[in-house]
Amino acid sequence: MARLASVLTMGGMMSVAVVVMVKTMPAAAQGVAPPGATSCSGCHGPGVSDAAVPPLHGRPSEEIVAAMQEYRNGRRPATVMDRVAKGFTDEETRAIASWLSQQP
Amino acid sequence: MSLAFTRRALLKTAAAGAAAAALSRRTAAQASGRVVVVGGGFGGATCARELKRKGLAVTLVEANAVYTACPFSNAVLAGLRPIETQQFNLDAVEKEGIAIIRQRAVRADPQARRVVLEDGSSQDYDRLVLSPGIDIRFDALPGYDEAAAGTMPHAWKAGEQTILLRRQLEAMDDGGTFVMVAPANPFRCPPGPYERASLIAHYFKTHKPRSKLLILDAKDSFSKQRLFQAAWQELYPGMIEWVSLSSGGKVIEVDAKTRTLVTDFGRHTGDVVNVIPPQRAGQIAQAGGAADRTGWCPIDPVTFESRLQPNVHVIGDASIAGGMPKSAFSANAQGKVCAAAVASLLRGEAPAEPKLINTCYSLVAPDYGISVAGVYNPRNGVLTDVEGAGGTSPVSAPPSFRAQEAVYAEAWFQTIAREVYG
Ligand SMILES: Cc1cc2nc3c(=O)[nH]c(=O)nc-3n(C[C@H](O)[C@H](O)[C@H](O)COP(=O)(O)OP(=O)(O)OC[C@H]3O[C@@H](n4cnc5c(N)ncnc54)[C@H](O)[C@@H]3O)c2cc1C
Repeated sequence: MARLASVLTMGGMMSVAVVVMVKTMPAAAQGVAPPGATSCSGCHGPGVSDAAVPPLHGRPSEEIVAAMQEYRNGRRPATVMDRVAKGFTDEETRAIASWLSQQP
Repeated sequence: MSLAFTRRALLKTAAAGAAAAALSRRTAAQASGRVVVVGGGFGGATCARELKRKGLAVTLVEANAVYTACPFSNAVLAGLRPIETQQFNLDAVEKEGIAIIRQRAVRADPQARRVVLEDGSSQDYDRLVLSPGIDIRFDALPGYDEAAAGTMPHAWKAGEQTILLRRQLEAMDDGGTFVMVAPANPFRCPPGPYERASLIAHYFKTHKPRSKLLILDAKDSFSKQRLFQAAWQELYPGMIEWVSLSSGGKVIEVDAKTRTLVTDFGRHTGDVVNVIPPQRAGQIAQAGGAADRTGWCPIDPVTFESRLQPNVHVIGDASIAGGMPKSAFSANAQGKVCAAAVASLLRGEAPAEPKLINTCYSLVAPDYGISVAGVYNPRNGVLTDVEGAGGTSPVSAPPSFRAQEAVYAEAWFQTIAREVYG
């Protein structure tokens, strides 16, 4: 809950994401991963900071959302993430980013 | 090439990380119930760890002490990395508090909710997860039985078979012919045969440049075909001949003694022959009544619960996962989704609709990688490609792009190995 509260204070976009999360998840299970979120660690493993593929766990939520938007609209160069990002809506991306940002 | 990584260092840092992560990952609502997972490969080991982190009592049944991973085993065949870099054990999984039974499961009784092991003992469960991978169908291609695999290896389960095929390639004279028999769909790792042909061509080009490759295929098209064929033309011109189904590529009989392959149109022999035969879900899926007449296991795409047996879930290669290919990436993603669904079901909650990602890299050369990706969700009862997403690497791209994907391919293998076994 402490983490959710601090994310809430970031305002704008992020409070939208948090509202979505709270609404779509049972109250007792806010640690539950939103659809798609657990697939990411297949490539973006936590904890290795100099890895070829950057870890996403604990990464600021808004950074992940922005990157995914740029992959989707082709503004960020990509090898595979453009193809993956197109499989998620803005709302789904925000929920995933918020969850990832809270993972150890 | 940069494929070598020190597994011990990898496992060491990973073990410390995993222990810390396990402590901090406890969720508020913990489910209770007993889950037995059969198969400690990419699907089963992933699922067991996720279940344990959700507070469940988990028993993992695995027949082999050492797991030899298939991804990157084609690089072993090409002499680009030692087989040891493919080998993992379940020590870290056990340390996490998962009970490991090092035996083969021989039968499942879904009515009694019980798995029977080879020593006659049994394990009761509330939910059973099967991730047994594939069995080679030694009854499907006349002449190709277990003895024939000693002469014409399949190397489609990594380990002894990989080493055998590697030795044959090393012993082959320059100017020899390597013949591969590729199966019809569905089978484990759709781009795998063509990655294998590519890396063996790389080995020939660098060590036995007068040698040739022939692929006899039971299909008219294959995964990442345009990319593979363009790369073959560029890197290995004139070396690889691919014979499609409609040009007479389907092998209907083999003779192991003379290494002869029979098609409707003629006979072929090779100095080294690799037969990738038809496959089906691992035996325990058949014995547990979870496989249908195709030999694979129909599942509910939200929970991966068997359509044929209640309280039995099937993930990985053994499952019929709609648009998702039979890959380690898929098995890992499915293991996590299945664990979440099992935990929800045991809590009496409705499981959430999942979304899953797959990315399969193939190496065409050590510094030349290509990929296919997909995003999937349940639609009309099947896991379906999300429209507008996924697809292959671009057909035209600069060498730097291919080199980057080769780096990502190896990074993926290290990451997934760490997540599953570290
Ligand atoms: C040459 C090749 C290259 C590949 N390359 C890639 C790649 O680059 N990327 C990718 O994503 N995928 C790749 N794959 C595919 C990948 O290896 C499989 O999709 C993946 O291993 C499937 O995982 P699984 O858990 O379903 O089965 P497996 O990994 O096969 O695990 C099954 C486990 O269950 C155990 N088992 C089976 N039956 C029993 C029983 N009755 N009792 C106890 N234990 C049992 C087995 O011993 C085994 O350890 C490749 C495959 C091949 C052959």
